[in-house]
Amino acid sequence: MTLLARVLPQPTITLVIIGLWMVLASSPSLGNLLLAVILGVSIPWITQSFWPGRPQLARPLAGIALFARVVGDIILANWEVARLVVGPLDRLRPAFIDVPIDIDDPFVATLLASIVSLTPGTVSVDIDRAAGILHVHALNVAVESELIATIKHRYEAPLKEIFGC
Amino acid sequence: MILDIIISLLILVGAAFALVGSIGLARLPDFFTRLHGPTKATTLGVGSVVIASLIHSSAGTGGVSLRELAISLFLFITAPVSAHLLAKAALKTQGKPKAGRTH
Repeated sequence: MTLLARVLPQPTITLVIIGLWMVLASSPSLGNLLLAVILGVSIPWITQSFWPGRPQLARPLAGIALFARVVGDIILANWEVARLVVGPLDRLRPAFIDVPIDIDDPFVATLLASIVSLTPGTVSVDIDRAAGILHVHALNVAVESELIATIKHRYEAPLKEIFGC
Repeated sequence: MILDIIISLLILVGAAFALVGSIGLARLPDFFTRLHGPTKATTLGVGSVVIASLIHSSAGTGGVSLRELAISLFLFITAPVSAHLLAKAALKTQGKPKAGRTH
């Protein structure tokens, strides 16, 4: 392990913390910057044993495309869920669905689970990494295999592409 | 003037989605379906209010107020985590459901 990696185990997190602190601070003073740097260095250092390896960004640009897609889906999801919630409830078809995933990296699997929770009528309930299954609860399912295919094709495939796994 | 209208509309949209989320919490039949209302409402409901706030404070100072973006970032990171933990807790107490229809 190089000295730099030992002092800054998570350089990206360090930068994000410094950036966020400066954004949240009331004034961009030298004192605040110093505080930001102290926090940015110490927090990743203290928490480093909790971090599961560092996934490499293979294609960052694909990440921006996925982000835009997820934001669009969130807006549609809200609309969809709003309609379902206000409409007649006996037409709801809620179901538990097992989505087979082939992502080994825990961080990437967490990202997928979070995206699923944020988008159309689906909440991730559990990840079974040993069996490679993401347990999803869906508010309204017409065809199960269609939903599984949508999750795999819309979110899992781009994530695998972005992190090259 | 136009900005005021946009801000008002965004606040109204945000409030409407927050209301729908609460209606969902009250109306939906069981724990897992109830999870859906609040997780969605926080994202778009609070998101709209936050964007309204961003426009309002940016227009006042001339610069772009980034604080609101940080708020939405935290929201988007924490909302799935809390939903996930709630669901996991329910699984622990109610037992693991099999894949398939719940009713």
